[in-house]
Amino acid sequence: MSENEVVVNITVNGQPVEAKPGEWVIAAAERAGVYIPHFCYHPRMNSVGMCRMCIVDIDAGRGPALQPSCMVEVSEGMVVDTTSEQTRKAQDGVLEFLLLNHPLDCPVCDKGGECPLQDQTMAYGPGESRFVEEKRHFEKPIPVNDLVYLDRERCILCDRCTRFADEVAGDPLITFQDRGDQTQVNTFPDLPFSSYFSGNTVQICPVGALTAVPYRFKARPWDLTEVESTYPNPMGDRVVVQASRDQVLRYQGVDSDAVNWGWLTDKDRFAFEATASELRLHTPLVRGTPLGRLDPGGSELVETSWGQALSLTADAIKAAVADKGPQSVAVLGGARLTNEDQYAWARLAKGVIGTDHVDAQLDDGLPAEGVLSLPRATINRACTPGGTVILMAPDPKEEQGTLYLRLRHAIVNDGVQLIELTPRATGLSHLAAFRLHHRPGEAAAVAAALMGGDIEAGPDGDIGGTPVSAVAAAAAAIADRADQPLTVVLGRPSLAEPADFTMDAVAELVRFANLLSAGGRPGIAFLPALQRGNVLGALDMGLAPGLLPGRITLADGGPALAEAWGSVPSNPGADARGILQAAANGQIEVLILLGADPLGDFPHRELADEALSRVGTIVASDLFLNPSTVRAHIVFPAAGFAERRGTHTNLEGRITGQRQIVTPPGTARADWAIATELARQLGAVFGFGAPEDVWDEITRVAPSHRNLSMEAIDASDDGVVAADSSIAFTPPEHATPVPHVDAYSLRLVSARRMYDRGTLLQHAPSLAGLAPTAILAVNPYDFDRVGVEPGADVQVISNAGEVAMPVVADPGVPRGTAAFGYNYPDLDVRDLVDPDAMVTDLRIQTR
Amino acid sequence: MARLNANSLGVAQEIIARYPVPRSALIPLLHLAQEQDGYVTEDAMAHIAELVGVTPAEVMGTCSFYEMLKREPVGDYMVNICNGISCHLLGSSDLIHHAEATLGVRPGGTTDDGKITLEAVECIAACTEAPCLQVNYRYRNRVTAEDFDQLVSELRDDTAKVASHGQLARVRQHIGDDRRAGVSPPDGQGEPAWMARNPSDNGDGS
Repeated sequence: MSENEVVVNITVNGQPVEAKPGEWVIAAAERAGVYIPHFCYHPRMNSVGMCRMCIVDIDAGRGPALQPSCMVEVSEGMVVDTTSEQTRKAQDGVLEFLLLNHPLDCPVCDKGGECPLQDQTMAYGPGESRFVEEKRHFEKPIPVNDLVYLDRERCILCDRCTRFADEVAGDPLITFQDRGDQTQVNTFPDLPFSSYFSGNTVQICPVGALTAVPYRFKARPWDLTEVESTYPNPMGDRVVVQASRDQVLRYQGVDSDAVNWGWLTDKDRFAFEATASELRLHTPLVRGTPLGRLDPGGSELVETSWGQALSLTADAIKAAVADKGPQSVAVLGGARLTNEDQYAWARLAKGVIGTDHVDAQLDDGLPAEGVLSLPRATINRACTPGGTVILMAPDPKEEQGTLYLRLRHAIVNDGVQLIELTPRATGLSHLAAFRLHHRPGEAAAVAAALMGGDIEAGPDGDIGGTPVSAVAAAAAAIADRADQPLTVVLGRPSLAEPADFTMDAVAELVRFANLLSAGGRPGIAFLPALQRGNVLGALDMGLAPGLLPGRITLADGGPALAEAWGSVPSNPGADARGILQAAANGQIEVLILLGADPLGDFPHRELADEALSRVGTIVASDLFLNPSTVRAHIVFPAAGFAERRGTHTNLEGRITGQRQIVTPPGTARADWAIATELARQLGAVFGFGAPEDVWDEITRVAPSHRNLSMEAIDASDDGVVAADSSIAFTPPEHATPVPHVDAYSLRLVSARRMYDRGTLLQHAPSLAGLAPTAILAVNPYDFDRVGVEPGADVQVISNAGEVAMPVVADPGVPRGTAAFGYNYPDLDVRDLVDPDAMVTDLRIQTR
Repeated sequence: MARLNANSLGVAQEIIARYPVPRSALIPLLHLAQEQDGYVTEDAMAHIAELVGVTPAEVMGTCSFYEMLKREPVGDYMVNICNGISCHLLGSSDLIHHAEATLGVRPGGTTDDGKITLEAVECIAACTEAPCLQVNYRYRNRVTAEDFDQLVSELRDDTAKVASHGQLARVRQHIGDDRRAGVSPPDGQGEPAWMARNPSDNGDGS
């Protein structure tokens, strides 16, 4: 405990303990190594004193008395006795009561073996019940949603799941119903617990009342082996991966103070099913004849050996470089790999082949150099009590689930003020202090006014579609709290418009950054909420045009890295759009896809299609075949999460470890090994024998990662945060003008939903059916103007095309805007988006 | 039998306006729904959830806690015979047996003609008048078997002057506008007045 902190001295079982002011007795005792049995108490939720199990003798100066230690704050001189005869009797009584109605069906219960109730019945309690009457009966497990079953007979009414739903997730769709001995947890009839976070209730249930469909009856806890790891999402959620007989069976959240606090989204928690999918690639494939000869015109992918696949790839690369120079080779993707994989591929592409046509993002994120040049925030900084958060990103509830939970907690409990600068309402809107919902593409005007520019109405009498008064009030609120940290959660709010609009707005925020950080104030920092697993690792490892490993540009870091690598590309390459454009023009001979699916993800589908058909050799390294990789000429089966070791970088730049627990399917290999072997065939020796060797080299050559030893990363759940970049932010030369929207049209805003047509999701049986069907959301007041009825099936027409779908009323969509998910399984928004236009305006007709 | 009708909705808005936080109106609104339909329908619960800004599950949680809020249709008249200590000592058990025999239903049941629902309830706080019962929550004191038979025949031909089930009072509470404590109107939009951080923020956000 540091010098300045106030300490409350208490005595627990005769031992002096230094507690923090306001701390619960149970928490102080736990820190001092004294475990007090409990069921309802959870350190990340409010105490309710529901189960009474934590009752102990507490003497706060008026003599010892039995009090629930989760409801009593420590006070100076308090004496706590957890072993007294009185305490023991209380615990015995409480346990006997808790077991009155508990069915004790432990032999057939999934929780058996890791059940707090079972454990504590063994450790405390009379061991025998005097209750001989009939226990209460409920219908055995009822589904509360598609993923979670509830067995009300086992429930001890601790209020953990219902508190989680209400306090943490903000989806109070399960509640206590009825009263007294009939009390039960349940949903409203026919209204399921449709929360993105329902799996957490299974993890925190202290009995076997809540079970997850994907894990039910799969394993016993004592059959499981486990490792601590980092889930490959941009938040870098800490997880325990549990496996039995070489098969991953469950992820559990780990309470990392800096990151996810033990929570996971259902999408991530249950995605393990995809790991064991029968459709995983397990052998290298080549397009050609059954003898395994490369035949670009071949109609089938046939199995081949690693040696053959690698040498065919090396030959293709050599031929391309000799024929058209290194820039005729391009690499797309890599955002789902570990840092080590990314580094090895980056070194192969930039140091060995010599191409800078490398991009991990598929034109659905933000410019890499721009992102790296911004001062990086941590999640804890964003959640500093009293601070301000500007949300300039897609809905975190849909895309960054655990970030949503952290922000929600900070707003509700710690007085963080949220200013929403988004084109539509998000899952946090009802908690936001200010909702500045601008017209799509016009964030920059609002940002400028917000950060100290002139607050003047534009031609429409507003600022970018937001009322002047609201912007003025928000600007005043930012100024009011200028001595507290200001954090911008930054992402691409709509995929129906280019990233330029977002970067224009960033430029406005950065322009006033000096103002904010004057006089020792904490100033402004950014949390880049980008898409895909380890995308921020990919940017750090140089899987982006013009960048090299260590958050440094080709121009600045080139000479130093050329020494280590032998050479670096002489000219900056193109981003994903440029690469695919070049490919479509016939300038790319070899295209390497690292877990990328341009056909599925790239906003300009026709361009991706054209590009894939013009490239001479497409090489893919992936877990599954996807629409793009089925068109590849050579496919390497890659090892996925939990099948390889490595490190992961989250949106803070926090680096944490990923560990292996199962073997990859067939002969699948880790990507760093594939890249290293390819390099060897191209005449370059990396000398990597293990991911640790790769990390070792990263810490030597990457400026932002210098001295980040593996030991330091492994030493803490929270990992270590990489150093900020030295790249200076370059504002766009001129702001991108926003075309005016005509009176009959609605401007499209399109962002991802949590459940979508993503490859991993579609290969996880429990999750595959959860994606919603496509709907167009329009403000209720706009229906009259466009002349249709809410709920009607309409024809939606843009410059690029037209599709039919239902239109629904959604007050979260501002007037003049229409919202449509980017990645519905049934309808593709890219049928409507004109990739070369700055905005997409829609007309709606009745069918 | 469904959501609140236009008439009830008007009353509901007035009730919500009495409270600084809309969800405080939850229980009065449940009574209102019961007054409308004789019991609280699931549709009404969903409607109330919309009105006060909570989830239907939360409304269900509150509604199911209270015995007086019925979630299934009941007879026109709820006859609640007290089975508290005083009433018990003065023969309420006999009265309940008599009621069962007369009506042909057990406590909790409704007669075939849908007129009367019989319930045996805990102390209803009229111990000096034991044994007592309530008809639609209106008291009948020192009830004998003969009184009960008389009551039943009056209920059967609707001559007993008892308000319908769910109607709490014959006169509806009304608080004049001049007596309100400066709360925001119940339009369900924006944040409550006390949360506004700046006088220039009119609370409507965008």
